[in-house]
Amino acid sequence: MSAEVPEAASAEEQKSEHSMHPWSFQLSIPNNLEEMEDKVTSPEKAEEAKLKARYPHLGQKPGGSDFLRKRLQKGQKYFDSGDYNMAKAKMKNKQLPAAAPDKTEVTGDHIPTPQDLPQRKPSLVASKLAG
Amino acid sequence: MIPGIGTLTQDTLWCFSQVKGTIEIGTTEADIISTVEFNHTGELLATGDKGGRVVIFQREQESKNQVHRRGEYNVYSTFQSHEPEFDYLKSLEIEEKINKIRWLPQQNAAYFLLSTNDKTVKLWKVSERDKRPEGYNLKDEEGRLRDPATITTLRVPVLRPMDLMVEATPRRVFANAHTYHINSISVNSDYETYMSADDLRINLWNFEITNQSFNIVDIKPANMEELTEVITAAEFHPHHCNTFVYSSSKGTIRLCDMRASALCDRHTKFFEEPEDPSNRSFFSEIISSISDVKFSHSGRYIMTRDYLTVKVWDLNMENRPIETYQVHDYLRSKLCSLYENDCIFDKFECVWNGSDSVIMTGSYNNFFRMFDRNTKRDVTLEASRENSKPRAILKPRKVCVGGKRRKDEISVDSLDFSKKILHTAWHPSENIIAVAATNNLYIFQDKVN
Repeated sequence: MSAEVPEAASAEEQKSEHSMHPWSFQLSIPNNLEEMEDKVTSPEKAEEAKLKARYPHLGQKPGGSDFLRKRLQKGQKYFDSGDYNMAKAKMKNKQLPAAAPDKTEVTGDHIPTPQDLPQRKPSLVASKLAG
Repeated sequence: MIPGIGTLTQDTLWCFSQVKGTIEIGTTEADIISTVEFNHTGELLATGDKGGRVVIFQREQESKNQVHRRGEYNVYSTFQSHEPEFDYLKSLEIEEKINKIRWLPQQNAAYFLLSTNDKTVKLWKVSERDKRPEGYNLKDEEGRLRDPATITTLRVPVLRPMDLMVEATPRRVFANAHTYHINSISVNSDYETYMSADDLRINLWNFEITNQSFNIVDIKPANMEELTEVITAAEFHPHHCNTFVYSSSKGTIRLCDMRASALCDRHTKFFEEPEDPSNRSFFSEIISSISDVKFSHSGRYIMTRDYLTVKVWDLNMENRPIETYQVHDYLRSKLCSLYENDCIFDKFECVWNGSDSVIMTGSYNNFFRMFDRNTKRDVTLEASRENSKPRAILKPRKVCVGGKRRKDEISVDSLDFSKKILHTAWHPSENIIAVAATNNLYIFQDKVN
C-alpha cells in the first residue's frame, strides 16, 4: 500500500497540468494507472484499504448476512433468566453479600418461578429533564 | 437562512431559549434521550429516554406583558412508559429504551401518544384533573370506608377545585407482535390505525384492538442465509391513508399502497439512486443505509437520511433524488476509524420545518445542520452550554477539512464523536426547534425582532 503512493506521485509529476486538488488526478490518468490511482484518490477507497490492512479476514460481502444477522439480534444474550437476574443484581449492588444469605431468596421448598425471582427494579428516579 | 414562514429577505438567526437536563461528567445511561417529538399544535413536546421514561413539556401561555419572549416549555407530565423485560425463550434482554414517540391528533381534552420500545407499543392518555369530588356518604375524607350503620343523613357529593394534576395512564398495550426490533411507529391519517415496523416486518394496528394486528410487509427470506437487507424506517403518508413508505439498509425506499393487496410485499414505487460502480467500496452499503425517512408536510416529497447525506425525493420520480445535501462529507476520509468505533452505524434522524422549506439533521460534536431548500444555503449550529445565555444568538460553526484552520473553525480530528445529535424536532408551524444532545434537551427559537 505505502509503496503505491510515491509511484502515483511520480506518475502525476510527469503530467503537464494538474490542480493541487488530489481528487482531480482521476481525470487524466492513462488506463494502466487507473486502478492504482483509485486507491489513492478516493478517500473512501483509501479508508477501505486501511481497514483491510488491519482486518484482513473481513468478509467479502460487507453488508451481507453476518452483519445483518448481528443487527437483528441486538441486545445482550444471557445464558438463562438466572444469569440475567444475577447480572442485574450485581449492577444494583456493587457489594456482594458477605455471609448471611438473603432472606428473600427462594430456595429449597419449591422450584422458583419467574415471579418469585427478584425483579430488577426499574429506575424509580424521575428523569432529570423533569427536574 | 430563510425562515420557515414569512419573509423571504431576511436570514433567520437562531437563539438559545432553554436547556433541560443536568450537566454531568459521566452521563447515566438511562438519561440519554432517545426520541423527541412535538405534538400537532406544537403546544406539547415529548421526550423519551433510554431508561424508558417519557417527559412531556408544555408551552406556557404567552403573557401580554412579555410580547418579545415566546412561550417557554415547562414540565407538564413525566411517567415510566416501559420497563426492562427479559425474553425467557431467547434469553435476551428487552431494553426499556423508548425508540419512538408519536402523538395522536387531539380529539378531546386529553392528549394521546404512542410510545414504543423494541417490542411493545403503548398508547398513553395524558389528562388533567383540576376538580375533586368531596362529601361522599360511604367514604370519609381520607377515603376510609364508613360503616353504613353509622350513617344517618345523606348528602350530595360536590366537585371542588384542586391543584392541577396531570395524569398519564396506559390505555392500550400492543404486545407480542414483533419478533425483531421495532424501529418505527406511524399514526395513519385516518386516526384509527397505526403501523409498527421492525427489521423485517411491518404490522398494521387498530387503536382499539390490542390482540390482533395485520402484517402488511414481510421481507423475511425463507432462508435467513439469504438475508440482504432490513427495514430501517417506515411512515404513513400524511394525507392518503392507504399509502406508506419504508426505507432499507441498502439505501432504497419503497412506497406501498394498501389497496393493491393485503400483503404489500410488492411495492408500488421503488426509489433508488443509481450508484457509480467504480466508486463502490467496503463502506458503500453501510453508509447508504437509510436511518430515517420522513414525508414532507405537503405529502409530495420524502426526505431520507443516510450516514453522510440528506436527500429529498419527489414521489413522482423514482430514479434519483431531486436534492442531495452533504451533512458532513469530511467524514469520508475517516470511515475506517468510524467503522472501528461503531459510529458508522449511528442512526441520525431528519426533520422538515412547517412549510417544508428547510430541513434539519444532526451531526457530531453536538453540531446540527439546516439546509434551506430554496436558497440552497446551509448552516451548522452547535448545542452547547457555552451558548446558553437567554436569547443568545447561535454563531454558525465551521469544520475545517485540511490545511490552515481559521480561528473559529474546528478541525475534523478535534470533533467529539461521543457528542452526537441523533434526534431533533421542529415545531409544526413556528421556528422553534428541540435538539437532543445526549442527556440534555436544547430548545432554540428564531430571533424575535
